[in-house]
Amino acid sequence: MSAPYPTRWTRPPQIIKDRRWRIAVQVGIVIYLVLAMGTVEVNWTRVYEGLERGQRFVMGFLQPDFASRWRDISNGLVESLTMTLTSTVVGVAISVPIGIGAARNIAPVWIYRICRSIIAVSRALQEIIIAIFLVAMFGFGPFAGFLTLSFATIGFIAKLLADDIEEIEEAQAEAIRSTGASWWQVVNYAVQPQVMPRLIGLSLYRLDINFRESAVIGIVGAGGIGATLNTAISRYEYDSAGAILLIIIGIVMVAEYSSSYLRKFLQ
Amino acid sequence: MLILQSLSKTYKTGDTALSEVSLTVPKGQIMGLIGPSGAGKSTLIRCINRLVEPTGGQVLLNDVDLVGLGKRELRQQRRRIGMIFQEYALVERLTVMENVLSGRLGYVPFWRSYLRRFPAEDITRAYALLDRVGLLQHADKRADALSGGQRQRVGIARALAQDPELLLVDEPTASLDPKTSRQIMRLLIEICAERGLPAIVNIHDVPLAQQFMQRIVGLRAGRVVFDGSPDLLTQDALTTIYGEEDWNAMRKGDEEQTAAEADARDRISALAR
Repeated sequence: MSAPYPTRWTRPPQIIKDRRWRIAVQVGIVIYLVLAMGTVEVNWTRVYEGLERGQRFVMGFLQPDFASRWRDISNGLVESLTMTLTSTVVGVAISVPIGIGAARNIAPVWIYRICRSIIAVSRALQEIIIAIFLVAMFGFGPFAGFLTLSFATIGFIAKLLADDIEEIEEAQAEAIRSTGASWWQVVNYAVQPQVMPRLIGLSLYRLDINFRESAVIGIVGAGGIGATLNTAISRYEYDSAGAILLIIIGIVMVAEYSSSYLRKFLQ
Repeated sequence: MLILQSLSKTYKTGDTALSEVSLTVPKGQIMGLIGPSGAGKSTLIRCINRLVEPTGGQVLLNDVDLVGLGKRELRQQRRRIGMIFQEYALVERLTVMENVLSGRLGYVPFWRSYLRRFPAEDITRAYALLDRVGLLQHADKRADALSGGQRQRVGIARALAQDPELLLVDEPTASLDPKTSRQIMRLLIEICAERGLPAIVNIHDVPLAQQFMQRIVGLRAGRVVFDGSPDLLTQDALTTIYGEEDWNAMRKGDEEQTAAEADARDRISALAR
């Protein structure tokens, strides 16, 4: 008995329907990749020398020297941690109103536009660029770093908070609105309970990021542990640099685990 | 008393949800609103408290026209209209008590609601309502810790906390099993009778509507096509509302299906445990 239905089935192409175009695009990508690889110049002697330097670096890691530069390291650490905490607190405090304003479902259009533009500006400028600019304005040191991280926090938290508010369960807000509640009361009773756990989670996550970033922006002069690291590397003190990196890794891991534990606890 | 005068709603997309609906709901009457999906039942009750803005007509609640009120007056008038929702629409991360007290939001200033410092009489009233719906011992639980029937009871208590002059009820039993549905309907009916409250109840379930409503209005494509007591809801009337179908067979089928679904739900939740 032969089945009246076909026995073979292939998934129809989804994006580019025309077979000729599909092949052309695939061939084009391969040709571009080959040509692009050809233009990358690799100087093998420099790679070899770099490997040697890298080896010294690894040796420094294996024998980290916490002691001889401990004062610089601990100063840098305290600076970094202060910078991280203050910038996260200030950044989140500013982000909350901006995030509420940038949520289309609860803010009027003109406020929405303003808040979205603030977010866009903050997100478009990478931390290092802002740091260079602010260091030029306010001089070397952690104040520039604090401002940089606060500014970057606004773009991050406000955007994610706004997106989160836009995805709340509308029915709950509708129910609160139908009782005759004012706008502030709707925000407080219907929106806040729905987004609060995530806002806390995001803030803890941002605390993580800010600490890591504080190490990076220190290199361009914004103070903190990054500045100490930069000094150690330019003095060829790889054992001190190794110690600093180990400390950074340790703190990031502790922050990561404790924040993910806290977030789980909050759900 | 609620009077709707040629209430109309056309959405921006050009869809006409309601055209020229005129109805009068006297004090104490419980009116069931039936009709196929998309007939405008939800739009109708949302036009009354203006969660949806009507495009024409009047809504008179005890002689106040709700259409065309400014923001402030609208909020004050909304306090007089309690609303009960299909999926309960409780704020799940707030406690039961906070949910009930949120019915008082229109009456208290922001700082009081923010600090959860409600006036003593509001708190007493909230406790009394929770007692009335049988949830007094659950007051401090989070709303998402309750079962479906319990949540809908909280929804009822929240609406009553407003001390309303009208209840709008949107598919109160759509996500409940048949038995709980009947309990909830009975509770609603009792409460309306106790307070002489008029109510408009959107309802999918025709047998349930016939069992509990004093009056039934059938909506089809935004127009009232039936208005009368449940006894008058004959096969012909149902056909004008819903279109051609074998209603008696369907009723029987419905019962079987809900029973089967409830059974399957029980078994799945037993597995999940």
